[in-house]
Amino acid sequence: MIKISFTKTCKKEILYKQIFKEINDLVLDSIQIVSILSFFIGGVVSIQMALNLENPLLSKTLIGFATRQSVILEFAPTFISIIMAGKVGSYITSSIGTMRVTEQIDALEVMGINSLNYLVFPKIIAMLLYPFVITISMFLGIIGGLLAMTLTGVPSEAYIQGIQMDFDSYHITYSYIKTLVFAFILATVPSFHGYYMKGGALDVGKASTKSFYWTSIIIIILNYIVTQLLLS
Amino acid sequence: MIQVKNIYKSFDNSDILKEIDTAFNRGQTNLIIGQSGSGKTVLLKCLLGLYDVDSGEIIYDGISSKNMNHDDKLEISRKMGMVFQGSALFDSMNVLENVRFPLDMLTTIQENEKNEKAMKVIERVNLKDAIKKLPSELSGGMQKRVAIARAIVMNPKYLFCDEPNSGLDPKTAIVIDQLIQEITKEYNITTIINSHDMNSVIEIGENIVFLKEGYKIWQGTNKEILNSGNDEVEDFVYSSELLKKLKK
Repeated sequence: MIKISFTKTCKKEILYKQIFKEINDLVLDSIQIVSILSFFIGGVVSIQMALNLENPLLSKTLIGFATRQSVILEFAPTFISIIMAGKVGSYITSSIGTMRVTEQIDALEVMGINSLNYLVFPKIIAMLLYPFVITISMFLGIIGGLLAMTLTGVPSEAYIQGIQMDFDSYHITYSYIKTLVFAFILATVPSFHGYYMKGGALDVGKASTKSFYWTSIIIIILNYIVTQLLLS
Repeated sequence: MIQVKNIYKSFDNSDILKEIDTAFNRGQTNLIIGQSGSGKTVLLKCLLGLYDVDSGEIIYDGISSKNMNHDDKLEISRKMGMVFQGSALFDSMNVLENVRFPLDMLTTIQENEKNEKAMKVIERVNLKDAIKKLPSELSGGMQKRVAIARAIVMNPKYLFCDEPNSGLDPKTAIVIDQLIQEITKEYNITTIINSHDMNSVIEIGENIVFLKEGYKIWQGTNKEILNSGNDEVEDFVYSSELLKKLKK
């Protein structure tokens, strides 16, 4: 499927139009929910860190440090991707699946258009901007932690000092590598389930559920493999 | 003209089409009829090139489907227009965009020329006032007319229609049938319609191919079908009690 979607391409201007549409639908439309989730989960993570670091011998800077590490290494790239498997993945599967059951894909094929290139390729390209969403998630997660600590009474200086402590830029690189791998999975696995589905309207719903299931599992397994390869 | 020479097609060891040997004429409305499961849709999809036949050949105005490579198939498919049973219009596009779509995708002509061509066929199917409407805002009959306009905008040599009047009331169905027949004559194209609607058969069936269990049982015109002398055809044509009484 991926090979065919990259060959026999449609006209450039049509593809550009499709890519911009997909950037809007898949990336820009996801920013709001990712921002809300990241902000509040960042806050929760920092409160839980504070709760577990009550020992007066432990510095309060550790709260900021631990929150930063959790958000950058795991929460933003992996758990936001699982959430995106639900939001973006089900959108992709249901939109392509509906085109399949209403014969719109057959119509493209009869016209002599490479339907995989027209439908799937722009999604893969659009998802190259997915790291932008994850960057927002990282930033807002850490800001959410800061706000929660300020409201809890932990000095913000300690939190800010903590998020700057022992910073290793390789962790950001690792996080973005993971994000790009997940972006590819988020674009292709749901497309596969939508494109090759059979049946009627009810089966579109079933295909979306199946697509979420497999996308999540693949993301979790790849998360382990990439982490093993890059951090162990 | 499309000639079908002794084609066979099977799925999972089940023979769907057997010994189909026929011809579909240019400038005529050719109908493939038969009960559900008789192989009509599979034959149409073979003619469209969506399915490869197991044996035999399909000849499109002298060009055989045998040994066709992907580019040859693409070349033939660009001479085809298709009206799907459910219209298959693109939900996110309005009427004008739907009709313009093949021109946008497959031609390099100027924008104003594309609009001119699209408007010409939209006017032909009497939808000039609905160009900004989305498919969801159209009635079933209007959707079918948009699908016909989209199918003919590239000036195809072959027009395929899969149950073009399914889900339509009898009056609208006749309007759609007549529109297809008029377009067939005007554009001098080979039109093949897959149908089980006897109104269509009587109204526009200039060349009718009757299929049963994958075999071609009978071929003739709408004038001949009412007195075909073939029990299986008569069983299909006079399937309702009312028609049986009328025949008597």
